[in-house]
Amino acid sequence: MSIEEIETEVKEEFALFGDDWEGKYEHLIDLGKSLPKIDPQFKTDDRLIRGCQSKVWLHSRLENGKVLFTADSDAIITKGIVGLMIRVLSGHRPEEIINAPLEFIDQIGLKEHLSPTRANGLVSMIKQMKLDALAFQLKV
Amino acid sequence: MQTVSKPITPAVLENIRKDFPILSRKIHAGKNGSGGKDLVYLDNGATSQKPQVVIDVLEHYYKFQNSNIHRGIHALSQEITTEYELARKTVQKHLNAAHDYEIIFTKGTTDSICLVANSFGKKYIKQGDEILVTGMEHHSNILPWQLFCEEHGAVLKVVPVNNQGELDLEACDRLLNKQTKIFALTHVSNTLGTINPVKEIIRMAHAKDIPVLLDGAQAVPHGKVDVQDLDADFYCFSAHKTFGPTGVGILYGKEKWLSVMPPYQVGGGTIKTVSFQKTIYADLPLRFEAGTPHIEGGLGMAAALDYINKIGLDQIAAYEHDLLEYATDKLSVIPGLRIIGTAKEKAAVLSFVVDGTHPMDIGTLLDQQGIAVRTGHHCTQPLMAQFGIPGTVRASFAFYNTMEEVDKLEAAMHKAVKMLL
Repeated sequence: MSIEEIETEVKEEFALFGDDWEGKYEHLIDLGKSLPKIDPQFKTDDRLIRGCQSKVWLHSRLENGKVLFTADSDAIITKGIVGLMIRVLSGHRPEEIINAPLEFIDQIGLKEHLSPTRANGLVSMIKQMKLDALAFQLKV
Repeated sequence: MQTVSKPITPAVLENIRKDFPILSRKIHAGKNGSGGKDLVYLDNGATSQKPQVVIDVLEHYYKFQNSNIHRGIHALSQEITTEYELARKTVQKHLNAAHDYEIIFTKGTTDSICLVANSFGKKYIKQGDEILVTGMEHHSNILPWQLFCEEHGAVLKVVPVNNQGELDLEACDRLLNKQTKIFALTHVSNTLGTINPVKEIIRMAHAKDIPVLLDGAQAVPHGKVDVQDLDADFYCFSAHKTFGPTGVGILYGKEKWLSVMPPYQVGGGTIKTVSFQKTIYADLPLRFEAGTPHIEGGLGMAAALDYINKIGLDQIAAYEHDLLEYATDKLSVIPGLRIIGTAKEKAAVLSFVVDGTHPMDIGTLLDQQGIAVRTGHHCTQPLMAQFGIPGTVRASFAFYNTMEEVDKLEAAMHKAVKMLL
């Protein structure tokens, strides 16, 4: 599936919740809990994206021309959103990642988590995912 | 200043809440503005809400009074100068300062502390001298001193805090020594709620001829502060945490210090005469008030102080004490919840963590339920390091909060914890 198709899938998934904030956040928390663990060797300070409050660790590698991401966070809701980002971006070619609009976060009603005041490191994480993709693109 | 005021009963509270327009708004309303949750505002430690009388003052200023103060000869300028100076007197009376010129308008508590660190520091603090702070200071009462120390070779010393969140007074006495040039500490901790025994501490410091600066940002909104009774050398607070406008605050300083301290920021208004050879600076308080001030902010602050005096500072303190006790009892039953800051003397601040959860997750889920709290390190990272936690959830109360809101907080916490664990 293309990035766009996965975004559509995520949007449809969240549309089911409508105004039910509880369902939406329970889903995010589940996503956070089920996010595959990052290899501890990559959970290092140089891979740490520091928000003011929660932390995000991001690891990326290139396999067969596709970028694979793993990540972790100390806050579970942040981790759920991190999981969504990975689901959308991981396994795609660098240029697809660089050009991904990522509007789905806004459209599924999680925009506030990307505001700089949320201080959760997500904005920086997205930037880092794209930067990593860019670095891989220059290598290939 | 204080009128005879009534205890804050539910009926009195209902009227008080009507004075604050924002308290009736809905949070997370639907796209067409429908639905939504009642706002439960428990982030008063960050900033307080404003009563209509303060909002009216700001509007009136821009509609009918706007002009610059202090040097105009036209009617508007003279009128507003008079009002601005009356606002200064209101603050003077509120803090019971001996003179109105001991009240300096600043941008806020941070600005007030920076002023003292730089101006007092430049005159009195030399290489090898010590500046004493405490382990529970807000960053804004650490960084100005730390920066000064780095630039001037002075040494920053820290009074330790115990696990209840109280100052170690024996260590305090020990750390106040011949090298100490100033002791800067918070009156009330923004993170823990601890009310420090500042009168006793000031006596301790003065016995060794060491002046004391108090950060009163979290004290002035919650009760009576009398700078002469405390014998504080400097006292700082912010209007916006005290139901007034943002961008304006106060530095109180004893005349004996302010009158000999060099100017900090200079510019229009701070001078008597200027030539390229020599400038003679103005007397107090104008010497420390560079540039056009936040005029309407000063007026708004005075209106806010008048407002809380009408409610009664003792009534506010008594009611908030009840709120805190009630909230402490209510939250204590939540499994895994640990209150950070259990000092004997506390203001209405409740910081906590819940085992196995991140404060930000709790904050997010409370927000979804209309409850505004603060999460994080509250600009007190050294304190968080001491308690070994990344941050806390902090509910900070004001006199307009209700017991029902505490119940809502408790219910919302149960739900949040259930969702997270």
